[in-house]
Amino acid sequence: MVPLSWYIMLSAVVFSIGVLGFLMRRNLIMVFLSIELMLNSINISLAAFSHYLQSITGQIMVFLVITVAAAEAAIGLAILMAFYKNNPTIKADEINLLKG
Amino acid sequence: MKYALIPLLPLIAFMINILFGRRYIKDKAHWVSVPAVIGSFILAVSAFMDVKAGNVINIDIYNWIASGSFKVAIGFLIDPLTAVMLIVVTSISSLIFIYSIGYMHGDGGYYRFYAYLSLFVFSMLILVMANNFLLLYFGWEAVGLCSYFLIGFWFHKKSAADAGKKAFIVNRFGDFGFGLGVILIFLTFGSLEYTHVFGHASVIAGKTINFFGYDVGTITLICLLLFCGAVGKSAQLPLHVWLPDAMEGPTPVSALIHAATMVTAGVFMVARCNPLFDLSPVAMNTVAVVGGVTAIFAATIALVQNDIKRVIAYSTISQLGYMFLALGVGAYSAGIFHLYTHAYFKALLFLASGSVIHALHHAGHHDEQNMQKMGGLKKHMPTTYIVFILATLSITGIPLFSGFFSKDEILYRAFLGGGLGKFLWFLAALAALMTAFYSWRLIYLTFHGKFRGSDEHEHHIHESPKVITIPLWLLAFGAVFAGYVGIPPIFYEHGDRIGEFLAPVLGHPLGHGTHAEEIFVIAVSILVALAGWFIAYTMYLKKTELPQKLEARFQPLHKLLFNKYYIDELYSKTLVQPMLRASDKIFLGFFDGRIIEGVVNGVPSFIASFSRGLRRIQTGVFSSYALVMAIGALCIIAAMVFWK
Amino acid sequence: MSHLRSMILISPELLLVLTALSLLLLDFLVRRKGTLAVAGAAGIFISAYVNYRLIKVGMTGGTIQGMFAFDGYANFFKLIFYTTLLLTILLSVKYLAIEKISAGEYYSLLIFSTVGMMIMAAATDLLMLYLGLELMALSTYILAGIVRGDRRSNEAALKYFFLGAFSSAFLLYGITLVYGLTGSTNLREIASALHSLKLAESPITMLSLIFFITAFGFKIALAPFHMWAPDVYEGAPTPVTAFMSAGPKAAGFAVMGRVLFDVFGGLQMQWSIILEPLAILTIAVGSIIALSQTNIKRMLAYSSIAHAGYALIGIVIGTPEGFVSTMNYLMIYMIMNMGAFGVVIMLKREGFSGENLEDYAGLAKRHPVASALMLVFMFSLTGIPPTAGFIGKFYIFMEAVYAGHIYLVIIAALFSAVSAFFYLRVVMYMYMKEPAGDISLSTSKTAGIALAFAVIMVLVIGVFPSLLLNFARNSFFG
Repeated sequence: MVPLSWYIMLSAVVFSIGVLGFLMRRNLIMVFLSIELMLNSINISLAAFSHYLQSITGQIMVFLVITVAAAEAAIGLAILMAFYKNNPTIKADEINLLKG
Repeated sequence: MKYALIPLLPLIAFMINILFGRRYIKDKAHWVSVPAVIGSFILAVSAFMDVKAGNVINIDIYNWIASGSFKVAIGFLIDPLTAVMLIVVTSISSLIFIYSIGYMHGDGGYYRFYAYLSLFVFSMLILVMANNFLLLYFGWEAVGLCSYFLIGFWFHKKSAADAGKKAFIVNRFGDFGFGLGVILIFLTFGSLEYTHVFGHASVIAGKTINFFGYDVGTITLICLLLFCGAVGKSAQLPLHVWLPDAMEGPTPVSALIHAATMVTAGVFMVARCNPLFDLSPVAMNTVAVVGGVTAIFAATIALVQNDIKRVIAYSTISQLGYMFLALGVGAYSAGIFHLYTHAYFKALLFLASGSVIHALHHAGHHDEQNMQKMGGLKKHMPTTYIVFILATLSITGIPLFSGFFSKDEILYRAFLGGGLGKFLWFLAALAALMTAFYSWRLIYLTFHGKFRGSDEHEHHIHESPKVITIPLWLLAFGAVFAGYVGIPPIFYEHGDRIGEFLAPVLGHPLGHGTHAEEIFVIAVSILVALAGWFIAYTMYLKKTELPQKLEARFQPLHKLLFNKYYIDELYSKTLVQPMLRASDKIFLGFFDGRIIEGVVNGVPSFIASFSRGLRRIQTGVFSSYALVMAIGALCIIAAMVFWK
Repeated sequence: MSHLRSMILISPELLLVLTALSLLLLDFLVRRKGTLAVAGAAGIFISAYVNYRLIKVGMTGGTIQGMFAFDGYANFFKLIFYTTLLLTILLSVKYLAIEKISAGEYYSLLIFSTVGMMIMAAATDLLMLYLGLELMALSTYILAGIVRGDRRSNEAALKYFFLGAFSSAFLLYGITLVYGLTGSTNLREIASALHSLKLAESPITMLSLIFFITAFGFKIALAPFHMWAPDVYEGAPTPVTAFMSAGPKAAGFAVMGRVLFDVFGGLQMQWSIILEPLAILTIAVGSIIALSQTNIKRMLAYSSIAHAGYALIGIVIGTPEGFVSTMNYLMIYMIMNMGAFGVVIMLKREGFSGENLEDYAGLAKRHPVASALMLVFMFSLTGIPPTAGFIGKFYIFMEAVYAGHIYLVIIAALFSAVSAFFYLRVVMYMYMKEPAGDISLSTSKTAGIALAFAVIMVLVIGVFPSLLLNFARNSFFG
């Protein structure tokens, strides 16, 4: 059986990739995906903990996260669409009307 | 609750007048304010009766903030001292409010005048009724604020606006010290309640604190700082310069604020703090010397002034000096007694001179305050003349008039006060001579002889209306008879009723003299009063050419006195001018907004430039915001790792 | 029985959800959009009244398997949220008409967001907490961008969304770590597990604590997690900005207080040490950058950051009394800030933002009442007695002094003095400058009611501070 620590490591690595992606990528869609990556890394560790602790809460939590992520994606993409209509760009560093 | 209403009624009157005055009340403002102060007066009398029956009221009406040992409460202490002050303040306010109906009639700012005056009465009542230093300080600043408003009431007149500004700036000096004193009291005693502070005063007695390298007794420092405030507010040397200029305000204001009540706040405060002052001989001597010197100093200036109100203003400064002299030699009740009698005869002098000014003004006389342009008003204004005479008899200390009793008590106490006391007594007696002289000079110049204006003007001079003369009569009654509560025991065994009444708060003065000493002092004071009268009589009624001759003979001295020892010029050169240049900028800038903007944008300029620099990190790119967040979190993690 | 009890205890939230849903439906049915505001307000009043009755009949305690608490703590914050919501709706009516925002969606989103905050304040389980937080956040993302045609509104929503999602990922990671460590998501169980298993010193606990602080710090705009706030506050429609600066911030403090005191109570030393520099940094950044702002919304955004720093001091000192002073502060801040934004909203009219400081020049000459209101709110934000703002700061500082954080108070007081510059600059513009052009106000009865309420409360709390403070104290100590 795969030990728990491997899952945790995997989760941490994926989370870090997500964070780095969020910070580094300039394409809004990729930034968006980085968030999904972060959330799913959390799902990995939640599922692993749930299995390891023999506690169902973790799995419930996973479903919850998936659901919320879906809602978030819907709202996020809607906002992105509304934004794109007025500002035809998807480059993160070109969005700086508000600053200072 | 009855007691809370005493200050509350004028406050309500103020609110009604300021909120609805301009639109609805207008020239009916007195219908709001006059009943309010008369109500306060009635309640004050009832409070006085309660105190007389032996009750001392010390209640916290409302605890605004309480946190641990620190509390800010609105609380009232009504003891004999406060009771006397309440009577003085409310009775004189009532009369002056009524007087103003006539005097201020038709003024564009009528409602505003009554609003400010009501606010002043409220603040003054808070000041005397407070049971802690913070509330006292609040009242102290608030009366000051009202005084500046009212001095500059006719703000379109440049001299009035300047005088208001001057009063404000000069008082800053005193109030700064006073504020420091209050802070030092809190730091020393851990409380601002009178009962706590005065109860623990003896515990602190021997302690010293280091002050600019010198060890100074804590109590002495506190007392001197508090006295700074009193010097400013009560216009003593060297901060007396604002009071004569304050005469630019309407005459009722001069009578109420700058003669009877606010300027005596310093005297009241020192008397209130007598448990502290008693512990510091240094502070006591300072008070006595400042008072004594101011008394004669101001009297000399008053000898030669020509503006009717300014003469009375210098007389006020001089009389306040007497009060401080009394406090300084430990005769607190004598000081308060004089405060009380002075309030009536001085308010009367001001109001009567107001009546003169009013009459001349309505007669179309332009130089309406210059005594050299008056004369012979006796036959036109008999009532004003008579009350003026009564007030003068009182202030000069002619026996059987109220001023005699209180002034004599002060002179007697000073005389008993050792070497310094004898010296101060001499100064005070000399000042009494001058007082008699300038007071009668004022009468002779104004009411006797021939009118020195044009005939056409003289034709139009009339006695003032009833609404003005009735308060004058009432005040005259006070000016004559107020002193009968303090007859010296030598004449009547239980005569010093006010002294006995105040004794629980202010104690008995130290020292006992022989009958011979007392009779000597009384004889001297009567003598100087008569002498001053006689000199004035000779110079201004009999040999009217004498003043000019003397003036020519002692020209340098006359010039010195006429120009008030050039103190204004001295301050102007050394302090005011440099500061005025700055403050003018502030005041003018304040009103066109340039300075505030300058201060807001300029003074913290290094912060502002820092601010502009810091703005740049807010780039507008959200990835960099996230980067800052991540770095922040990492820093915390790193800090926690290394902190371990 | 227990289900019934659960339903009763969450009925205020359920009623709000019902109101929000009906508003969406009503939007199709009614033509006059003012009706929606009235209907929404009615629903909110009913919900608040039910909540009040539940308190009165003595309902209290946990429910839904211990995930939800109906206690004084939650109820105090609920009062903040209800008030924020109502004031926002009152202030929005005219604004919606000017900006042509669809009223049904707008009001229901506001209500959904409020339900999320109420769940946050009442949550005693990390799962519930996360749900509440997301409900609140997702609704506010949309609200920030609800003016679809406005580029600045678009951008605000976009930034808020991305950064918000980023921060909730941190929160989730923290939750996961705690769950893995203790096997539970219930706050009390976690606390007892941390205690019994001696996990308090574990680096994983520490890491999760830091993640929690990051995520909550984002919500309450603590530096260095504050950078979203100025941009979003500036870009969002002004009523939404007002709402965001009061409600979600208080909700952030509510969960922060509960999590820190209930779960990490044993680590009080540690989180105090972490939060103390953050509080100073927050106050400093907020006060300093606000100095050079010319857009009043942006200035108020930085002011809001600084105020979060002051409120945080009550948590930093780590005593229950300290947190009571924070609760007191949050209530006061909410009222005075809604008031200030209320005046800003009134300056808005078609084709004119009314957001620049210059627009306030000479306002006192044209609109003395509005200027006087703004004056009171600015004085209160500065902390000048006898306004409520002074009381809030005073109690926070006093508690900090008692807890021995004297230098913290000195720094905070210094920056408080700095803050006077930018608040009083608004006053100076209003009273001492000549009006540049004709300014007309978009006044409405509803906004008038909201502003009157705010100004009265600011003064009443300023004069009778013990009322609110005792209420906060009783709420906290039960």
